[in-house]
Amino acid sequence: MSSATLTPVNLNPLTDTVTEPILTFDNVSFAFDSMEVLSDVSFTAQPHESICVVGPNGGGKSTLVKLILGLLEPGRGTITVLGTDPVRARPKIGYMPQYLHHDQRFPVSVLDVARMGRLSGHLLGFYSRKDKQITMTALDEMGVADLAKRPFGALSGGQRQRVLIARALACKPELLLLDEPTANVDPAVENQFLEILHDLAAKITVITVTHDLGFVSQLVDRVICVNRYVKIHPTSEITGEIIQDMYGGDLKMVRHDHCCSEQGHAHD
Amino acid sequence: MTEFFTTLIDPSITFLRYALIAGLLASVAFGVIGSYVVVKRITYMAGAIAHCVLGGIGAALFFSQRYGLGWLTPMTGAVIAALAAAIIIGLVSIHAQEREDSVISALWVSGMAAGIMFMAKTPGYIDPMSYLFGNILMISLQDLWVILALDICVVTLGILFYNKMLAVCFDEEFARLRGVHTKFYFLLLLCLTALTIVLMIRIVGIVLVIALFSLPAAVAGHYSSRLWQMMAISTLLSMFYVVAGLAVSYGPNLPSGATIVMIAGISYLLTMAGKMLRRKHN
Repeated sequence: MSSATLTPVNLNPLTDTVTEPILTFDNVSFAFDSMEVLSDVSFTAQPHESICVVGPNGGGKSTLVKLILGLLEPGRGTITVLGTDPVRARPKIGYMPQYLHHDQRFPVSVLDVARMGRLSGHLLGFYSRKDKQITMTALDEMGVADLAKRPFGALSGGQRQRVLIARALACKPELLLLDEPTANVDPAVENQFLEILHDLAAKITVITVTHDLGFVSQLVDRVICVNRYVKIHPTSEITGEIIQDMYGGDLKMVRHDHCCSEQGHAHD
Repeated sequence: MTEFFTTLIDPSITFLRYALIAGLLASVAFGVIGSYVVVKRITYMAGAIAHCVLGGIGAALFFSQRYGLGWLTPMTGAVIAALAAAIIIGLVSIHAQEREDSVISALWVSGMAAGIMFMAKTPGYIDPMSYLFGNILMISLQDLWVILALDICVVTLGILFYNKMLAVCFDEEFARLRGVHTKFYFLLLLCLTALTIVLMIRIVGIVLVIALFSLPAAVAGHYSSRLWQMMAISTLLSMFYVVAGLAVSYGPNLPSGATIVMIAGISYLLTMAGKMLRRKHN
């Protein structure tokens, strides 16, 4: 059943007016065993949008990311990424994972790590000169090109995070998916991150997952709040109250009736 | 020590030369595959594969005697058992992660038990000790050719898939998202591990073979910032341990496999101690 994907077909890709959404969730539900993590989630993301996914721990953010990447399959509903199913869209997604379960002493250089963004399914995977060039450009973009020869394990948390974003950029993605990019970063570096993400969002669609409330700023176009149900807000409507409500704070100003407002396209 | 060198060049005594050549050849595979195994943290899987090999050797001895199968040498049995164990362990690890360690230990012990039972029922006297701890007197010219062929095969594949293997060891999920067939490479790594184990069984035996996987790579890890450096350094270290072990053990007639492993162990401890001292000074 779920294989029947209904994608809006854009017959004239040159017209700006009819842009195909980068990402569509259509009534998606997901449960681990009998515990429902996401319920009837529907939203779309347009090209060149900068989207922030927020929500408390255990609210379903990671599940949402895994669904976009096709690492999990929805129990109900359809997910369309870049006009196809999540697994087929993978080559066009640049992903930065939240945790890297790696050994600090893993003998690998910064360039080695970033170059993994150039991997493909081909049997023999030697990197070409072009691969190296693309990787160096990505490292440069993240301001860590001069660290290319350093051992990855010797970097600070913030530097490591930049390298991992560079690795995601080296994929030459149409969609950049960043899971908690500021998790191991001190506040001073965090502001730099915000600027970098802002610049990136001008070129590609960026989806940032964070539990970090400060991140939800004027820099993003839309905020997706995930706590089993998904609520979507244009950033202009985001106030501390909404977030606090999401997290079960003191303030109880419920504004979730805005959900899927003018930007929530209903397809078919 | 001089006795070792005079024997080595004595044209009438071949076994020591064979042992040395076999050890040096196998060191390359141990350096390359051992580094993958250490950074991927699957030495316990390598341990299980090694112990299953005894089952293959026992079965080969038993069936070749019983049914006169000349082709079924202990080496053939070892290769088949090692590959079978590698594939079973790999599939279990991919599909049933929560029960992984139970399955691995079950294979580990039943492989050994099967080996001992087969050996007990094989006519004639068989010393399990020489398979468990190695015996350089048993290396034949034919073994040497098998070792050479397997060595070339393992090292070539290990180098050819370097980038993929590195990615799978470092961040399997990311590699999978890039379209890399991570399960295939994981199984390949285990199969290469299995073949590498077989290379050294004659020299250090089933029980001690894990030492040559983990110790040279562990020492090399302290001096390398990239995986290929780790491979190169642990290859050289492994060669050194083999030569030194054979040389030291020959004169006083010590068991050579155990001596090789003991030298590797001492060098590992010295590296660790040196590292701790340096940290204290800084």
